[in-house]
Formats: sequence, structure tokens, C-alpha cells
Amino acid sequence: MALTKEQIAAKYAELEAYISENKDMDGALIPVMQKAQELFGYLSLETMELISERLDVPVSEIYGVATFYALFSLTPKGEYVISVCTGTACYVKGAQLVLDEVKKQLGIGSGETTPDGKFSIQDTRCLGCCGLAPVMMINNDVYGRLEPADVKDILAKY
Amino acid sequence: MNTVKLTIDGIQVEVPANYTILEAAREANINIPTLCYLKDVNQIGACRLCLVEIKGARALQASCVSPVGEGMEVWTNNEKLRKARKINLELILSNHNRECTSCVRSGNCELQQLCKEYGVDQYPFDGNKSEATIDEISPSIVRDNTKCISCRRCVAACNSVQKIGAIGVAKRGFNTTVGCIFGMSLADSPCINCGQCILACPVGALHEKDSTADVYAALNDPTKHVVVQPAPAVRATLGEEFGMEIGTSVTGKLVSALRRLGFDKVFDTDFAADLTIMEEGTELLGRLKNGGALPMITSCSPGWIKYCEEFYPEFIPNLSSCKSPHEMLGAIIKSYYAEKAGIDPKDIYVVSIMPCTAKKFEAGREELSVNGLQDVDAVLTVRELASMIKNAGIDFKRLPDADFDSVLGESTGAGVIFGATGGVMEAALRTVYEVVTGNTLENVEFAAVRGTDGIKEAEVDLNGTKVRVAVAHGTGNAKELLDMVKRGEKDYQFIEIMGCPGGCVTGGGTPIVDATTLSYIDLKAERAKALYSEDAGKAKRKSHENEEVKTLYKEFLGEPNSHKAHDLLHTHYIPRPKYIKK
Repeated sequence: MALTKEQIAAKYAELEAYISENKDMDGALIPVMQKAQELFGYLSLETMELISERLDVPVSEIYGVATFYALFSLTPKGEYVISVCTGTACYVKGAQLVLDEVKKQLGIGSGETTPDGKFSIQDTRCLGCCGLAPVMMINNDVYGRLEPADVKDILAKY
Repeated sequence: MNTVKLTIDGIQVEVPANYTILEAAREANINIPTLCYLKDVNQIGACRLCLVEIKGARALQASCVSPVGEGMEVWTNNEKLRKARKINLELILSNHNRECTSCVRSGNCELQQLCKEYGVDQYPFDGNKSEATIDEISPSIVRDNTKCISCRRCVAACNSVQKIGAIGVAKRGFNTTVGCIFGMSLADSPCINCGQCILACPVGALHEKDSTADVYAALNDPTKHVVVQPAPAVRATLGEEFGMEIGTSVTGKLVSALRRLGFDKVFDTDFAADLTIMEEGTELLGRLKNGGALPMITSCSPGWIKYCEEFYPEFIPNLSSCKSPHEMLGAIIKSYYAEKAGIDPKDIYVVSIMPCTAKKFEAGREELSVNGLQDVDAVLTVRELASMIKNAGIDFKRLPDADFDSVLGESTGAGVIFGATGGVMEAALRTVYEVVTGNTLENVEFAAVRGTDGIKEAEVDLNGTKVRVAVAHGTGNAKELLDMVKRGEKDYQFIEIMGCPGGCVTGGGTPIVDATTLSYIDLKAERAKALYSEDAGKAKRKSHENEEVKTLYKEFLGEPNSHKAHDLLHTHYIPRPKYIKK
């Protein structure tokens, strides 16, 4: 789901506006990075260079913050983000086998995106519905009481 | 000034209230061990080597970041502290590549020294090692993360002092790494090759790309006529590698040593510094008269040049078109000298001895060549030259003095001071003043452009025309100065910028001085003294009085900025992206 040029330009305009509003605040870097993460789903080198220039902070420092906190991503997320819960309840009910099957079906690891940009797998702990364990979410769709054998058919829906 | 009284190891001291315990201890002649601390550069309390015990404090405290307090009682040396420091060293060693004998910093490593002092004789915590890579793609600098101890001194030098940000700290915990973003090579980063990170590194995680093998190969090749040239700052720093006092000038011994190493001719980059003044001074007068881009900015420092190309491309028209002095000399060696000596330029191999790692990158620039031959074939740092001298068994300290070879070996005091911040400006003013006014300059010393202030300014009266000049050293200061010019707050006609703080005498290719010594002295000023005293002792102190330079113009170049001079001695610059994306 590639963005059009106009959509990208609009997102950059929004980021620029946010930076202008907040750049004089102490500790503006992390909120600005969060805004960029929210807008683009990840922080590209181009985005980090823009933030660097506007806030006069070296790109290497922004990269350091981005790799320190798990909430930032440096690679684009796929159209569908798959979160297989590996929290305690799901784990004891065999979530690892489900996660392994997802990885096998898609040929990618956790934190990675398929080459066609369709799916990403995201590290996930508790999703808050332990009664359905093991659970996974694909964007906002919840799938519970999973068996590894269910995975193939579920992925085929997307 | 507010002061406080405290006792350290039972010794009463009175120090300014803004001191840290580490600084206060020095007043009592106590050196608390440090590893991540580098005065004025990095004070972050990360390595936990400078731990002290403070009466009433909950735990041991890092003295480099702990302020003094009235009535404080501090201990810096007891069994508990010695044990804590030793364990910290053992922990650092557990994740460190301990191939000391083959390490470039063996014998000059702060970690090795501390391990010796604390009697670390085994490795009780050997376990996993973090993933580490070696980046040797840059022509100037090698980063070896297997040796990195994450002290962040290099990061502070690159980001806080130089304001470049080529390297940073990524990830967290055991996976913490120092390096470029996305695991890039320095070669693809905004790195300007200044090598200040090398000077900051306490261990062997950063060093220059070694070119000694290339130079040995040329010296061993009977078909090659190998010519060497040392920069001004080399004579002010090389002695330190042989245990001589900081600030000792070793010009005569340097020449002797180079000859003994087997170089066929020993010419002097100082000669080319005088030549640079003739070209650059003429260029400046031309721009003042004909309305060229002003302020004109010097172009001797290849670190500064790359910084300008990456960070301030709008100032590229302001850069002097002059090649840097050693590049000029390379071009002259392969033309004028080759012709005079009857040698095919293809058979000449030019080696520059430089206080600089950026010169290695510069020497490979395509545009710094004539007829397909690079002006300079190899660049060695002062440290690399010292290793060659030691390797050859030359007893450097006892060497007799010798003189540079004619016809490219004479220099004036103006050429000598190029190695200190403000030196190029002062040398230029000496010549420009006499050319414009026709008067003899009685006092050749321009005190306003000397010294180690980050930005220096002066106004010079040339027969009623006031010329405003400025000097900045270190790209952090250059950034501040250029931003003021950009905002229209400052207006100059001529600016000198050197990429390294202090200029060439503290360039990234000079001898490495440990953090403790740097706590007590201003290295920039101490080394500059060697150059200023050599200048003061010279009979001729103005570039245009250099007889060999005059002969070069008479026999070969015609006049400064002539067509031939332009072909050989001038160059151009290109805007560069900060990151090379692949």
C-alpha cells in the first residue's frame, strides 16, 4: 500500500507543523520522533535528516534514541501487522508454535516485513484476552484458541 | 569566586565551588583514575573507574560528575575502592578484544595502563562478547569495535566538539554499540576524516588507516624516486613520540630521520605554505578589487573542506581555490622539480607526512591531480612516521640536525606558523599588507589572531582600507562563525578555518596524549609555542621573501595566479550529501 506523492507531502507538512510548534520546548526530540513514527509508521533516514535539521540534533543521536526505545521502528511496517501474543497465558497454551508457523508461512522473522510490504510480525506480550489464549491479532482482527494448523487459512484471508 | 573547603584522603583543600571532586583531588596532587573522562569533552560518569567514597553517601560516587560540597569528607584510595575499580576493569575486559601485542595502542592504552596499575592478572568474567565489526572502508580512519569499551569519548568529540555527528551510540544494554547509523561505514557518513575521535579514544578502537606498507614498497622499488615532505605541525609534535617534552621543535632531527629512512629528497611543506600565501594572497586581493565572493575562506584544511561541502555548500564559492600546501608541493614536484631533475613524473612517488588523517582522503580526490597523476601518492600521520623511525632503529633523540633539500626546501616564519590556528591568517596578513601598502611591516606578529579562543577577530588597516578578518578552529566553532555570517550579524572579507580544534598542531594525526596529562595542560597552546618560537628565530618571516619561491615564479610559474599556476595549484569543490545512500 504505497502512499501517493501527495499523501507523503501532506504527512511531511504535518510533521513540519508539529516541529514548528514544539521545537523550542525542552526535550522536543522524543515527542517529534513519536509524531513521525505515528505519521509514517517508521523513521526513515530522510525523516531523521529532516528532524535533525529542524532541531539541530545530529542524525546519529536521533538514531541512538530510535534504537534505544522499542516504540520506534526503523523499517516500514506492512499493510497488515501481525501480533502473536507470547505473554504468559498464551505462551503456556502453545503460542510459540503459532508464532513459528506464522514466521514459516511468511518467511520473515519478528520485527520484519515481507518483501511485498503486505505483512509484518511484531513482538507482542499480553493483548488482554487471556481467556482466548493463544491469541493473535492482525491489525484490529482478533483470532483466539489457535492451533498452528489454523494459521495458513487465516493468512489467506488477507 | 565562591570556594568550598573539603578534605580528600585527610588533606584539606579549598577549591572553587563549581569544581567536581575529581578536579578538587588534583589540587591535592591526587590523580583519581579515569577512563571515560576527557576534560572539557566528556564528563558522564559512565566507566565507574573514578569512584570515590563520600562520608554519608549511600554508595560509591563517580567523582568526575560529583560536585564538591562544604565540609565534605572524601576518600579516593582504600581497599573497598581498589576492589570496586578492579572489578570494573575486569568487567570491561570481559567484553574487550585483548590482543594487546598486535594493537596499535599497545604501550599507549589507558585501559592497559589502568589494568597494570590495579594488578588485573586474570579474566574472571569471561562470557559472551557483543557483536562487533571492524570498519576499514574509509581512506582515513579505521573503527575497530572489538576494542571499543563504549566510553563515548569519540562520540563527544564528534558531536559536541566538532558538531558533525558521524558516530553515535545505538541500541542498549549489552547490545550497545558506537558507530554510524544503520551500521554504515564512516566512508558513507558525514565523517570529515578529522580524526579527533582517534585522539579521544583511550584504547585501540580508532586509528588511522595505515599507509606505511605502501611507503615501504615505494622505498624498496628501485624505479621510484621517492620524495617526502613534512607539514609544519610535524616538527612541533614528532618529538613526543620519542619521549621529548610537549612543544619541542625537532625540525633538524626530522630531516635527518627522513633521509636515513631512504627518501631520495626531503622537501618541506613549509615551502608550499609560503607558496600558498603568494597564491591565496593574490586571490584575496583580486576578489577585493574585482568584487569576487567574500568573505574568502581558506582551503588548507581538508577536514574543513569536506565539512563545508556537506554542511555549508552555500559557502563553496567563498572557498579559496588554492589547493592545500602539500597538494601544491606535490604538483610542483611532479612538474617543475621533475623537469629540473630530468625525471619522468610517473617515476616520482610523493609522500606527505601530515598531522592529519583527512589528508589521506584528500590525497585521493580526483581533482587533485595533473595529467592523470595524483599530486600526492601517500600520506602518513606523525604516528605512522614515528613507527617507521622506531622500526628502522634510528636513535631519534640523538640525531644531528640537517637541512631540507633545495629547490623546494626553504621556508620563512610565515610558512612555519601555518600549523597553529590563526597562522595562515597571520602569514597572509604579513604579505598582503606589504603588497597593498608598499610599506615594510615592522611588527609582523598579529596577536589578535593568535591563541586558542574558538573564534578570533581582527581589523587590519591597509592604507586606509579596513579589512575585517576572522579565525575559527574546529568545525564546531566554524559552524558558529558561519551561522553568524549567514544571519548577517558579522561581515568579514577574509576567514581562516581549520577543521581541528587548535589547528594542525592538534590534528587527528598527531601523537596521542592521555586524558590525565590533558587535564593539566592546554595541548593546543603548548604545541603552538614550538611553531611561534621557530618563526621568531627565522631571519625571514614573510612568505614573499622566500628566495626559492621567487625562483619558482621566475623560472616556471610566471606570476601568482598565472594560467600555469591555476593549472597546477588551484582546484574546485563539490557539494556532497551527508550520507551516501546505497
